[in-house]
Amino acid sequence: MNKRKERIIRYLFTALAFASLVFLVGIVFVLFREALPIFGKVSPKAFLLGKSWYPTSSPPEFGILPLILASLWVTLGALVICVPLGVGSALYLHELAGPRQRALLKPVIEILASVPSIVYGFFGMVILAPFLQDTFNLPIGLCALTTSIILGVMATPTVASIAEDALSYVPRSFREASFAVGADRWQTLTKVIIPAAGSGISTGIILGMSRAIGETMTVLMVAGGSAVIPHSIFDPVRPMTAAIAAEMGEAPVGSDHYHALFAIALMLFLITFAFNIAAELISRRFRLKLGLSR
Amino acid sequence: MKRRDIVQKLGFSALFACMAANIVFLGGIVFFIAARGLGSINWAFLTQAPRDSMTAGGVAPVIAGTFYLTLGAIIFALPLGVASAIYLTEYSPRGWIVNLLRISINNLAGVPSVVFGLFGLTVFVKYMGFGVSILSGSLTLGILALPVIISASQEALTAVPQSIREASLALGATQWETIRRVVLPAALPGILTGVILSVGRVAGETAPILFTAAAFYVKGYPHSIFSEVMALPYHIYALMTEGTHPEEQTRIAYASSLLLLALVLSVSMLAIYIRARQRKTYNA
Amino acid sequence: MKTMMKLMVMPALAIALGAPAFAGQKVVLEGSTTVLPIAQRAAEDFMKLHKDADISVRGGGSGVGIASILDGACDIADSSRAIQPEEVAEGKKRGKDIKPFVVAMDGIAPVVHPSNPVKGLTKEQIKNIYTGKFSNWSEVGGPDLKIVVISRDSSSGTFEAFNELVLNKEKVRADAIMQASNQAVGSTVSRTRGAIGYVGLGYLNASIKALSVNGVMPSKATVLNHKYPVSRPLYMYTNGKPAGTAKQFLDFLKSKAGQKIVEAEGFVGLK
Repeated sequence: MNKRKERIIRYLFTALAFASLVFLVGIVFVLFREALPIFGKVSPKAFLLGKSWYPTSSPPEFGILPLILASLWVTLGALVICVPLGVGSALYLHELAGPRQRALLKPVIEILASVPSIVYGFFGMVILAPFLQDTFNLPIGLCALTTSIILGVMATPTVASIAEDALSYVPRSFREASFAVGADRWQTLTKVIIPAAGSGISTGIILGMSRAIGETMTVLMVAGGSAVIPHSIFDPVRPMTAAIAAEMGEAPVGSDHYHALFAIALMLFLITFAFNIAAELISRRFRLKLGLSR
Repeated sequence: MKRRDIVQKLGFSALFACMAANIVFLGGIVFFIAARGLGSINWAFLTQAPRDSMTAGGVAPVIAGTFYLTLGAIIFALPLGVASAIYLTEYSPRGWIVNLLRISINNLAGVPSVVFGLFGLTVFVKYMGFGVSILSGSLTLGILALPVIISASQEALTAVPQSIREASLALGATQWETIRRVVLPAALPGILTGVILSVGRVAGETAPILFTAAAFYVKGYPHSIFSEVMALPYHIYALMTEGTHPEEQTRIAYASSLLLLALVLSVSMLAIYIRARQRKTYNA
Repeated sequence: MKTMMKLMVMPALAIALGAPAFAGQKVVLEGSTTVLPIAQRAAEDFMKLHKDADISVRGGGSGVGIASILDGACDIADSSRAIQPEEVAEGKKRGKDIKPFVVAMDGIAPVVHPSNPVKGLTKEQIKNIYTGKFSNWSEVGGPDLKIVVISRDSSSGTFEAFNELVLNKEKVRADAIMQASNQAVGSTVSRTRGAIGYVGLGYLNASIKALSVNGVMPSKATVLNHKYPVSRPLYMYTNGKPAGTAKQFLDFLKSKAGQKIVEAEGFVGLK
């Protein structure tokens, strides 16, 4: 009797544990099902490489290259900010901060991570954009630069906390060996510890990128929204997430436009999926290299 | 001073500057929004409904909307998340299952929030026919919160010493009894931290409720799980992009942002505090 | 743990069980962001008079409003454009009989930064600016300043009206900044020296400057006497003849009090 009950409970937990997999597969299924009809009208090549996005003109044009490039452009900009800041903060926390400083500073990074994206977007719209517009005498403050800065700040905590984890996995012996051959702290840091933690740090950077490219409300509010291939950091752009969020409400259900937006979401999902898998593989190799379990 | 000492000094200063930048960002955001929002927050703002074309009154039903959405998401995600974590840590399934589930959880955590919104729109709003409602929004947000709850619960369960499990089993308790009476109570504070963290995350999300739950204006408080609602994050977005009175609306948007920021930050500080205390007990 | 769960479940149960007990008639309005302020204020005032009525108002855009009424997901669709023949046909296929109500008139005004000395443009000039033939204010009699073109998202009703009335459906230059709402256009123009945008009359305020079109200033008077060339009616659509609360609401909107709201939100009343 007891044994049967135990077995039922075990099955129950097994079933519930597969929920995440079910939802992930569900998301993939929905995206494919709703996206595929558009490829009956536009070839995948024309969709991905088409340079004009005029979904509501007649005839409509569904080329998402400007949107993809806009996403990459602002993400690249975000990297310029979040990589040095994130990795730098992690190194500071790990190498220089004493225990009391760490107890204070680590929460700061975590709290920065928990600021809602709508608040970042609002801040960017009412404070940062007008400020940058005045400072650089721009025609418009809502542009790739503003977006990159905000996204960079948003991605910094992700990079910092994962990089910090990676640093803490580097065995003490590496450091001692380096000191023993006469290296100072900076040399030990740059020549021994950073290379040893390198793949762990790159996991953090990849996940930071993934966060930046998938961010929606911020880019919707501050990117400016022009569906053009960006030429400078001061161009207003329309990243993929912004196009989906702005247009989904207006596209009649079942129309080509509707399916095209799902196809953009599918692209976005595949990009972030690739990033996550890459991060997964790198972090596994990292753990193996340092002889950590799993 | 030797050259390498100068290099070291410069390097360390750069690291310090990076760390300081985080504090400047956080401080800057909090300062600007507090400075411009604080003046509009008063008792009436917290207890009244919006009125006069969204230019006056308060945000009470909006806060209620965010509360219900968050509550619904947690009710949905908590049992699922804790069960997943129990399965992964206590029932130690085969390696490939663990890997498969871990990859799913990690990828679910990385799905862009707008994609969750589309999923919710297709499945809950349209296919299941829940319409634009608290229910659709909560389920969508729940899926988004799931990975957070799973990983926090997993961490909490792993931290429970193996010895107390063995002691319980040795006394003749079954595995389920051990989990229910020994492991779960010990892991509860850690699970709670996960719940609190996900509350912070869910309460601030906008994109997933854009098509599944949010309305520009509704009458008073929500009456049922099938009502559409106003919610704080969407309210900020709507005030900044709709309506004919930008100046008054921006003022309310500042106050609403401050409120949301205060809510989310205090929730995550609470989580950090609980976790810090808990780690102390383990170390002691 | 148990008390915590109880605390969390109770309010949810309360709202779930509360649902059937609620008796008032629910009306959902959805659609055009242009009509949104009218709909919101009218709902607010209407519910003050009819305590049992329960009206909720969603934005989204004219397209979504019409799609939504065809889906049966809303009771009244707000739209800043007339329903299109394809949409009527789609409605017939689904057994929907869509009835239009004109609730207000709106003029779309070209707007620039207050410091811009240009006072008016012809329709042709506006078209050339938006399609990319002109890109400096000096080409239309202004200062030597790059024109920053601001447009509405191409799926909004305001864009469709502007596209038809001014652009003759030619494509807007690709680098135009697309904003999701009238208000966003207004605030961007007010912060940007070389900008030109277009907004509904209701969104004109001191921080932006309206231009005349073909020599006629956009105003309530010029819209009502049809002198101003860029104007349009604003609609609400229902499925079949409206009844109950929806009918009362539409009657209220067309009454003196309702048209006063229209004027207060900056649009043009029908009389």
